[in-house]
Amino acid sequence: MSEIRNYTMNFGPQHPAAHGVLRLVLEMDGEVIQRVDPHIGLLHRGTEKLAESKPYNQSIGYMDRLDYVSMMCNEHAYVRAIEELLGVAVPVRAQYIRTMFDEITRILNHLLWLGAHALDVGAMTVFLYAFREREDLMDCYEAASGARLHATYYRPGGVYRDLPDSMPKYQPSKWHDQGDVDAMNEARQGSLLDFIWDFTERFPQKVDDYETLLTDNRIWKQRTVGIGVVSPERALQLGFTGPMLRGSGVEWDLRKKQPYAMYDQMDFDIPVGTDGDCYDRYLVRMEEFRQSNGIIRQCVEWLRSNPGPVISDNHKITPPSREDMKGGMESLIHHFKLFTEGYCINAGEVYAAVEAPKGEFGIYMISDGANKPYRVKIRAPGFAHLSALDEMCRGHMLADLVAVIGTQDIVFGEIDR
Amino acid sequence: MAAFEAILAETQQRFGDHLLDATVSNGELTLTIERNAVTEVCRELRDNPVFAFEQLIDLCGVDFADFGKGGPAPVEPQPRFAVVYHLLSIANNRRIRVRAHLDEEQPAIESVVPIWRVADWFEREAFDLFGIIFEGHSDLRRILTDYGFIGHPFRKDFPLTGRVEMRYDADKGRVVYQPVTIEPRTLVPRVIREEPR
Repeated sequence: MSEIRNYTMNFGPQHPAAHGVLRLVLEMDGEVIQRVDPHIGLLHRGTEKLAESKPYNQSIGYMDRLDYVSMMCNEHAYVRAIEELLGVAVPVRAQYIRTMFDEITRILNHLLWLGAHALDVGAMTVFLYAFREREDLMDCYEAASGARLHATYYRPGGVYRDLPDSMPKYQPSKWHDQGDVDAMNEARQGSLLDFIWDFTERFPQKVDDYETLLTDNRIWKQRTVGIGVVSPERALQLGFTGPMLRGSGVEWDLRKKQPYAMYDQMDFDIPVGTDGDCYDRYLVRMEEFRQSNGIIRQCVEWLRSNPGPVISDNHKITPPSREDMKGGMESLIHHFKLFTEGYCINAGEVYAAVEAPKGEFGIYMISDGANKPYRVKIRAPGFAHLSALDEMCRGHMLADLVAVIGTQDIVFGEIDR
Repeated sequence: MAAFEAILAETQQRFGDHLLDATVSNGELTLTIERNAVTEVCRELRDNPVFAFEQLIDLCGVDFADFGKGGPAPVEPQPRFAVVYHLLSIANNRRIRVRAHLDEEQPAIESVVPIWRVADWFEREAFDLFGIIFEGHSDLRRILTDYGFIGHPFRKDFPLTGRVEMRYDADKGRVVYQPVTIEPRTLVPRVIREEPR
């Protein structure tokens, strides 16, 4: 028998637990990991350079495609950077809509994380339940913006359009007869806000359901408790943000500490962990489901009783209405200039960050006075988290690597940019 | 400005000659520092309780080669590259931006990995995309571009379409690289208006 025990193993880039295109070169001692060398960049599209070659508004759609499970949060950081450079005021109703959709996005993201994480560790069922709820939330996206995923809904100065008064309804087909369709359309009789309200009524019960599957599950605990432990000091050193940092017990949330949009008006709590292991990060995110649900309810209540404009009326940066454009010369010129040349921004630089579901998502933008950004740097939370994979996995078994990748909530759209 | 007075006074006292410039704009404080002093300044920014910047949020390279070109105002000559650090203090709930300019001939700066571990990949990225050398970095490999990539794609003189493209060659039975066949095009020209808005 050979006595050689150390060997190098390749993991990915096509591997179901790699959450996309992650290639790992692992140095193994038997089944114990000695070193992890992630090779990233397989999804590198040069988003930052593309953004530098286009007028400001044409890059909003690229932001959706960065972290493609928390689309609107990425847009939010990008439009906030532009708004800070321009100094433009955003209507309050637009701020509430943004707050609400940021939280819908957080639930969307955490549902995908929960399903994928549980699936990696071996619990198949959660994935199916999580995707059932995602469907409802993607319908909200579709009703507001027209797209289920890549919304391009936030614009500098507000949001693209107001929330619709009616929800699209299912039609009978050869798979669903009238009775099925009536049941499916029951929550869709009113406006989008009614539909979201109905969702928030149902959702806490669903979170309890997920928890009965996992929280006290013996196998789940064996696979996550004490795995990938990060102390608060190391979490700061490693550049952790969001639930990764809170799981280690650092109470830090940009929504509370450096509030943007309407978060300073919202009543919610920040869950923090104690041990900094995969299980604590799981608990933190489960509680964030409930807190997000509460924030959405507060936003819906306000939005129902406060109609108003949802986008700035400064037509140098926002398009005029079709009606004005057809009748007025000035509006026609504004429209033409906006959609051909765009707008120029005074020279300057800004860093705008939002608390995306994965952590701090920031846009560093430099303008030299042109109609295109001079430099855009995207600060993706996953990039810093993945760089700590080596430290978090050393000394663990190969199967724990998959649990750590799951707990980091990796999405390659934002890491490779 | 008032919010930054205490921290500004402390930076001027601590860093003296290393501090080239300190400006506040859009509610953000930017320190421009001497490139050789980066380790010293960053260590102080992390360890001094007045600053207490425990976290390096972002590190990126910038290429100023085309900055302000084509505008009405004459362009002031400035060093071509810069490294920009965004720091966050959790204890004081404060952010700061630190910038060091690098010249074109020798775009090199000391690594800050010993101060903030997270700088490791950020520095690899800046090296990959801009060709900035981080002295003392133990593993300065490319990170985002392909294995065997030539050039630094985020420099302003690197074309948006790239230089090579890849296709499967049926005769050779393998993937080959060849010069790009697509024409670079600009749909919307870059303009700088004298009165921006």
